[in-house]
Amino acid sequence: MEDLSDVYNELIMEHSMNSYNKKTLEHADFCELGHNPNCGDEITLELKLNENIIEDMAFNGHGCAISQASTSIMIDTLKGKTVEEAKEIVKTFIEMIKRETTDEQELKKLEDAIAFKNISNMPARVKCALLAWHTLENIFEKL
Amino acid sequence: MKQEEIIKDFPLLQNRKITYLDSGATTQKPVQVLNAINEYYKKQNANPHRGAYSISIESTESYENTRTKIAQFINARNREEIIFTKNATEGFNLIAYSYGLENLSKDDEIVISIMEHHSNLVPWQKVAKNTGAKLNYMYINDKYELSDEEIESKITNDTKIVGITHVSNVLGTINNVEKIVKYAHKKGAVVVVDASQSIPHMKIDVQQLDADFLVFSGHKLLAPLGIGVLYGKKELLNKMTPFLMGGDMIEYVYEQDTTFAPLPNKFEAGTQNVEGVIGLGAAIDYIQNIGYENIKKIEEDVVSYAIEKLSELKFLTLYITPNKEKHSSVISFNIKGIHPHDVASILDNNGVCVRSGNHCAQPLMRFLGIDSTCRASFYIYNTRDDVDKLVEALKKTYNMFSKYIN
Repeated sequence: MEDLSDVYNELIMEHSMNSYNKKTLEHADFCELGHNPNCGDEITLELKLNENIIEDMAFNGHGCAISQASTSIMIDTLKGKTVEEAKEIVKTFIEMIKRETTDEQELKKLEDAIAFKNISNMPARVKCALLAWHTLENIFEKL
Repeated sequence: MKQEEIIKDFPLLQNRKITYLDSGATTQKPVQVLNAINEYYKKQNANPHRGAYSISIESTESYENTRTKIAQFINARNREEIIFTKNATEGFNLIAYSYGLENLSKDDEIVISIMEHHSNLVPWQKVAKNTGAKLNYMYINDKYELSDEEIESKITNDTKIVGITHVSNVLGTINNVEKIVKYAHKKGAVVVVDASQSIPHMKIDVQQLDADFLVFSGHKLLAPLGIGVLYGKKELLNKMTPFLMGGDMIEYVYEQDTTFAPLPNKFEAGTQNVEGVIGLGAAIDYIQNIGYENIKKIEEDVVSYAIEKLSELKFLTLYITPNKEKHSSVISFNIKGIHPHDVASILDNNGVCVRSGNHCAQPLMRFLGIDSTCRASFYIYNTRDDVDKLVEALKKTYNMFSKYIN
């Protein structure tokens, strides 16, 4: 297996341990619970929309460094984007983790979330990285 | 038998450069078990209980002789008290459906311990919901043990079923099953014992325990996946209705009605896992050849060394009883501030296999106030060297995370 410092890098560690996105929103429009029953990772994702723009997002919960950092970095990446843009980014992120996309140009739109690219080499942790993104998909289905 | 000789019997441990510390989930298999299965398919394979031709009869004999072997192995009075299942979970479901649902009603109580595996817990929720019976728990004390007071206050005259694990798959606590059975019988309850985590490590004597039902899986006992055993007292099994209906468990089948075969076939519907049974038989031969005394000696050495070394790591929390004689060969632990899944991934990166998660014991995790743990579990092929590798990998893990931990 490759060197794990690719996965547990500075950015991911910072976000997993001390995330400024871990808080409660005052007036969230959506609140969605996401969990992985097998490993116990659990997050509550909150989202506030301003018309079609993601004005704010925050999360609470507990889980491994990968799931927590992935949630926090997703929030940073998607804040300020339109719902359509966000849906596109979520789709690309999931494709990256599942190794369905390796196109560098395509992956650029993930911004910091590209830090999770190497998770695709750790099958046991894929579901940790995807938890927040699938939870957000569930919110999008309600729009 | 020397441990070096034992280790050589396990091809996977020769083929993979890993430190395997997850025998509580499933053991590796000795070549003797693999060969027995191979030989069966090369020389005997046929559907047992079906053919009038010689290899089918041989297949039947191998299958049934293993039943006798298991009966002797756990000191059952009668060979037909041994029912083959696909795993421990199926055994518990059989008891829950064929005994629990049929015999319990409102105002009855089912009592289980908080340290039960989901397999000896979720089926009882089903029985409780369907019959109106109450499901009560015996909780552990701060030593991760069940106290006598707890046992005696929870098992009452209304208790009809007590479910208890012999050894906790998370804490490694060895429960005093004999005592629990005695008390439960005094109150008129039947006792269902989960021996999945005990039978690989210690001699099980169902008559001495006086268990009404006892369940274990083969794959934690050096046997292949997909084979398990349910022991039940004959008088109870005889009174129970079959669990699964179909081929081989019948006597006469009419268009609208069926009479059932006697024990043990009554509970073995459909073509059985003969290769699994043969493999289990070979596994039991292997264990008996080494002897439980030797197994105990090897494990005590490696587990006490592990406890000593892990206790020196100040960043670790261990979830084990301080009473050594009440602890088996499972050690759950957490690194403060690091999630068990991250720990397990980094240990894996260092070639050390441990389990992480809730270990199919969510109510226990909730009771302990944690989400999950890492778990190292040891067996006859584990050495002090394996412990050293675990300790080194844990230090590395801690160092990787320490500057980020609050």
